Amino acid sequence: MFDILAARWKQGARTMGYPDAAPPELPGHFRGRPIFDISRCPSGCDACAKACPTQAIGAEGGKITLDLGRCLFCTDCAEACPQNAVRYSRDYRLAVRQRENMVLRPEQELALAAQLNEKLRSLFGRSLRLRQVSAGGCNACEADVNVLTTIGWDLSRFGIDFVASPRHADGLLITGAVSNNMLAALRKTYDAVPDPKIVIAVGACAISGGPYINHAEVGNGVPAEIPVDLYIPGCPPHPLTILDGLLRLLGRLAER
Amino acid sequence: MSMATTPDTPWQRLAVLVNGRALPKSAVPELSITDFQQAILGGVARQCRVAALFGMPDRTSPDALWLYVVLADDDSSRLRLGRTRIGDNSFPSLTPACWQVHLFEREIAEQFGRVPVGHPWLKPVRFHRSYQPGRDAWNRPAEAEIAAGVMDFYQVKGDQIHEVAVGPVHAGIIEPGHFRFQCDGENVLHLEIALGYQHRGGERALAAGPGPRSIHYAETLAGDSTIGHATAYCQAVEALGGIQKSARAQSLRATALELERLANHVGDLGALSGDVGFTSTQAFCGRLRGEFLNMTAVLCGSRFGRGLLCPGGVRFAPDVSAIDALRRSLVRAEAETRQAVELLWNSSSVMARFVDTGVVPRQLAIDLGMVGPAARACGLNRDARQNHPSGLFRFTHIPVATWESGDVFARAYVRFLEVQRSCEFVCQQLDSLPSGAVRSPLAPLAADSLAVALVEAWRGEVCHVVLTDEQGCFERYKVVDPSFHNWAAVAMALRGGQISDFPLCNKSFNLSYCGHDL
Repeated sequence: MFDILAARWKQGARTMGYPDAAPPELPGHFRGRPIFDISRCPSGCDACAKACPTQAIGAEGGKITLDLGRCLFCTDCAEACPQNAVRYSRDYRLAVRQRENMVLRPEQELALAAQLNEKLRSLFGRSLRLRQVSAGGCNACEADVNVLTTIGWDLSRFGIDFVASPRHADGLLITGAVSNNMLAALRKTYDAVPDPKIVIAVGACAISGGPYINHAEVGNGVPAEIPVDLYIPGCPPHPLTILDGLLRLLGRLAER
Repeated sequence: MSMATTPDTPWQRLAVLVNGRALPKSAVPELSITDFQQAILGGVARQCRVAALFGMPDRTSPDALWLYVVLADDDSSRLRLGRTRIGDNSFPSLTPACWQVHLFEREIAEQFGRVPVGHPWLKPVRFHRSYQPGRDAWNRPAEAEIAAGVMDFYQVKGDQIHEVAVGPVHAGIIEPGHFRFQCDGENVLHLEIALGYQHRGGERALAAGPGPRSIHYAETLAGDSTIGHATAYCQAVEALGGIQKSARAQSLRATALELERLANHVGDLGALSGDVGFTSTQAFCGRLRGEFLNMTAVLCGSRFGRGLLCPGGVRFAPDVSAIDALRRSLVRAEAETRQAVELLWNSSSVMARFVDTGVVPRQLAIDLGMVGPAARACGLNRDARQNHPSGLFRFTHIPVATWESGDVFARAYVRFLEVQRSCEFVCQQLDSLPSGAVRSPLAPLAADSLAVALVEAWRGEVCHVVLTDEQGCFERYKVVDPSFHNWAAVAMALRGGQISDFPLCNKSFNLSYCGHDL
C-alpha cells in the first residue's frame, strides 16, 4: 500500500497542459505537412511523383499536387527530388472535413477542420462517445488513438471517451483500409450507432487505402455509404494530430 | 578407428543455410513428398522448429506446386531447407504427426487449393479465394461468396453446454478477430479462434516487388512490429544483393528493434495490470510506453520507426545531442518502469490473478512450435537474437530471459526481464555508437535464389523467405509473423480456464491479428 502511494508520488502528475499550454515537444525529425518549393522544380520533372509509393503526388502539366489522404509521410519523394525541393514541415495540424480539401497545390492553405454544426455541437461538444473499429488496420493508428486515453493525454478531460458498444456511441472512429472481410462488420457497427452520429477516419488506410490502395482484398478505406465527418491523415498520424482534429471538430480549438 | 557411416536420411539431405544469407534455388534439394515429410519429422525429432512451410507455383507447369520448408536448428544456429513438387490436388497431411505444421498446411490449402489429406482441422485461415483459379480445397463454387468467420466451429454438445461468440468487433481499441467458446458454466472446455478479418493481401503484393511499395508493406504487415518486419525485409534484400551494412547502421537497427520491444513490453505490462484492475501500474506504464515510442521518434521522426530502415542501412542518424537526450530519457524511463512494474509482484491481488492462469505446459509449447516471450515463459530457450544472430547480434549478446511456469505471470515476468536487458543494451549502443556512414549502395538481386531472414521482434521470430526469378525479381515472398505460430497456444491456454480469464490471457500473449492475416 505504501509502495503504491510512494510510486504514485514519484511518478507525479503527467497530464499535459495542451491545449491551454503549448503542445508537447515534437521530435527533431518529425514529419508534418510536406512542403514543395516549386520554384526549384526543373521543368518537366516528375521524380517525386514517380517515387511516391501511393501515387499521392500528381505532376501533370508541370503542376504539383499532393493528396494528403494518400500520403504516408515517408521520405521517398524528398529523396527522389534532384533539387531538394521537398521537405517536411513541423506542422502537425492536418485534419479536414472534406475529402476534396486534402488534394492541395503547393501554394494552397490546408482548410483545417471546421467545427460541427450548432445542433451537433450542442449534443457532442462536451460529451462525445466513440466506438473504434479497426477494419484492416495495422495496429499503429489504433495504438496512437489508444494512447490518447493514457494519463499523458487524458482524452476524457475533453469529455471524449471510447465505449465498448456501438449502442452506447455517438459515432465511429475507423482505422484501416477496410478489408473485404471487415466490411459487413463495419456496416453493422455503423448501423448500430443511434442517430445522429458522426464518423472519423484516421490514417491513410481509412482515407484512401494507404499502402494497400487498389488491392482486391480491401475497399480503399471507408466506403462511400458511410459518410465521413472528419479525416485525419498520417501513417499513422501523431497523437497530437489526432487530438487536434477531434478538438477542432468539437469547436474547442476554434480560435487557435 | 573408423566410425560407422550413418544412413543417408532425408533430414541429412536438406540444404544448410545461416540466417541472413542467400543460396541458389538449385541448391535446395528436391525430395519426394515422402522424403520431404520425413525430413521435417527428422528435424523436429532433433529439436528443430518449422520456421516456414509454404507453397510456390511452378511456372513451368500450372498443375504443379512447389512446397518449401525452412527448419530452424536453434542449437547449431543453422537453417535447413528442402522442397518437393506436388502434381496432384492433394498431399498427405503431416499435421497428425507434427502439430506445428497445422496452420501452414491450412494456409497452403487456402492459397493454392491443395488438400492436405488427413488434416484434422482443415478450415480456412484468412477467408480469401485460392490464388490459383479453378482450384479450391473446399470445392467452393467460383462465384460463391467467402464470408469471414463462416465455417464449421468445433462444438461440444450437452445439456449444460453453452456457446459464447465474441467479435470480430471487440470492446476495446483492438483489432478484429472472432472467438467461439464452448462452456460448461464458467469453465471453458474449448476455445476456437477465427481470424482473417484483417486480410489485406500484403504478402501477395510483396511478391510483385521489389518496388516502391515493398518496404511500406513490410512496415505495415504488423504496424506495432514495424522495425521487426522492416529489418527482416531489408536483411532478405541485402542477402540477395550481397549488400554490406556499416557498423553504425547495424547498431542503429538493433537500437530501434530493442526500443520497439521496450515500448510494446511496457505497454503490455500496463495493459495486464488494467485487466486485473490494478490501475496504478496501468496508468504509469500507459504513459511510459509513450516515452519509449518517443525515443524511436527521436531516431527518425516516427513513433513506430516508419521510414527508418532501408535496404543498405538506415535513413536517419542521430546527432550527438540526440544521443545524449535519448540516453537521459532511457535511464529515467527505465527507473520509472521498474518502480511501476515491481508493484505488481508485491501485490497479492495481482499475483492471485496472474499465477496459474492460462498455463501452457512446456511440451505443448514445443509441439505447437511457439516462439517469442510466450515460448520463453514456458521455459524454452528460444530467441533468434541468440540462436540465429544477424546484424549486430552476431557481436553483442543479450541474455535470453526465460521462466518456467507457462502462466500469465511467466509471460509478464519474462517481459519485465527483457525490458531491463533491452534498456541495458540500448544504453551500451548509445555509449559506443560507431561512426561512419549509415547507408550502403544497393546492388541488383541475385537471380534464381532464396534468402531467409529471421528477426527476433518483440512478439517473437519474424521470418521472411524470399525467392527470386531469373531476372532477380521476387517470385515468392513468404512472411511468417510470430503470431502465426502462437495463436493456437491462446486457445490451448484457455482450456479448463474460466471465460472471465480470457481478456487477461489474451493480453498476456498480445498476438497480432494483421500480422497473422497479412
